[in-house]
Amino acid sequence: MELIQVLVAGIAQGCVYGLIALGFVLIYKATEQVNFAQGDIMMLGMFAAFTLIAIAGFPWWLGALIGIAITGLFGFCLDAAVLRRIIGQPQFAVIILTIAVGFIFRSVAGGVWGADPVSFDTPYGGMVITIDENETGRTVLDVAELAIILGTVVLVGALYAFFRFTRIGVAMQASSQNQLAAYYMGIPVKYVISLIWGISAAVSCIAGILLAPKIATFDPDVGFLAITAFAAAVIGGFGSLPGAVLGGLIIGITEQLAQAYLPGEYARSIAPVSGFIIMLVVLLIRPDGLFAQIQRKKV
Amino acid sequence: MAETLPDSLPDPLLSVRNIETYYGPIMAIRGVSLDVPKGRIVTVLGANGAGKTTILKTISGVMDPQKGSVTFEGAEIQGRDPDWVARRGIAHVPEGREVFPFLTVRENLLMGAFARSDRAAVAEDLDMVYGYFPILKERAEQQAGYLSGGQQQMLVIARALMARPRLMLLDEPSLGLSPLLVKEIFGIVRRLNEEQGVTMLLVEQNANMALQTANYGYVLELGRIVMDDECGRLLESDDIKEFYLGVKKDAVRGKKRWRRKKTWR
Repeated sequence: MELIQVLVAGIAQGCVYGLIALGFVLIYKATEQVNFAQGDIMMLGMFAAFTLIAIAGFPWWLGALIGIAITGLFGFCLDAAVLRRIIGQPQFAVIILTIAVGFIFRSVAGGVWGADPVSFDTPYGGMVITIDENETGRTVLDVAELAIILGTVVLVGALYAFFRFTRIGVAMQASSQNQLAAYYMGIPVKYVISLIWGISAAVSCIAGILLAPKIATFDPDVGFLAITAFAAAVIGGFGSLPGAVLGGLIIGITEQLAQAYLPGEYARSIAPVSGFIIMLVVLLIRPDGLFAQIQRKKV
Repeated sequence: MAETLPDSLPDPLLSVRNIETYYGPIMAIRGVSLDVPKGRIVTVLGANGAGKTTILKTISGVMDPQKGSVTFEGAEIQGRDPDWVARRGIAHVPEGREVFPFLTVRENLLMGAFARSDRAAVAEDLDMVYGYFPILKERAEQQAGYLSGGQQQMLVIARALMARPRLMLLDEPSLGLSPLLVKEIFGIVRRLNEEQGVTMLLVEQNANMALQTANYGYVLELGRIVMDDECGRLLESDDIKEFYLGVKKDAVRGKKRWRRKKTWR
């Protein structure tokens, strides 16, 4: 049945948005910085995986793991070397800086890997599962989409356990909630924040690697996806991790529904911006987003 | 309560020498020196804006002094990051109950022990802390943001205790609490000092409570120490009585109240 196909595609797309939004929110909660280079970090992660798998010939799983590790390390260093220095400066300085950094990443990637679309082989790429075959039609599910959903569930579960049950994870929450008090506890706050940048970068790299077989090819502009993911984070309340994933799902599903069921030209023109329309509606009804934390953070 | 201390102790746990600390162009601390001997409670009294909190922040590394030195256990620690100073054994309990609002009470307490790796001893200390503050045990699984003000104040003291600090900096623990609760908190502070041997530097506006609790006191005005003595003697001092304890002795001295000058001016 078509509806199931559309919903699965929507959920998968939403998971990708959700993971990138998670990256935004992690950094925002810890430092109140909005990292507009998030999508470009994802792009770099995808190209790292591409280099390892398609050029260096690593097996997919190994190339993906190394790519994720490299991207995480890159995020850590980006904070330690650049963003840490701008803490305390006005918000717009951080925003412009991260936008500029994103531009630089994109043009460097264009120089290194070229502007043409590339791809790497994923073991399950192009596979489909057919169920429900009968006279009225059949349901064909893309394995890549199912992998995105599964991967997101596992990753979100792992992150939840990490933040809830490990000492460093709880220390990260503590640093986000009250930075000065965290210093007084002897928590190395600067290191913890860089670590959060690393996790955020690794999560967006995972999103990119899961996304790669679904979109078949990608180029240095693939990071623009993050603008929609930004809307997802806003819908979720920018500061809520479950809200970020939920916001992603809402946008992903709406996009696919709009594409499938809107008449004629509207499908193509409205679908890509449907996420922003939803964002506007949510902001009109609940200006703090769907999952805004009730208690304001002490700055 | 306050026994007599020798005038100069050979090796204080913490000694602050001639620190000058600025907020931008404004000099908040104008050359302060003080000593905290091991095992004692030392208090710094002063009005709003005298610079009490700034002294504590300078000791714990949140602010760096322009001049002067802070020596803890024989090593100079001024200018270091606050997390480094905390791991070194100084627990700063800031004013205004800075809890981690979305963590549970228990998680807050365990964060106090973040720098420690001796898990068994941490678990023991958790029980010890619950012994001093039974209410925290009752609320252990609640988010700290939902505690009352007094309970939050207890939580931040308990959390600092979890670090097994050798020196505790207490910033206005009485702020905004009912007189009964203030009494209870100061009672616990004294017990912690006697039973656990925690050395304390206590900053207070509530001079009466602070002088009853501490052994030695400094009086801070506009960033300078203007007086220091045993707390017992400070309680008897006319200036302290007049300006910090609110005891009027106009009639006895036969002077108009507005004529009365502080002896250090």
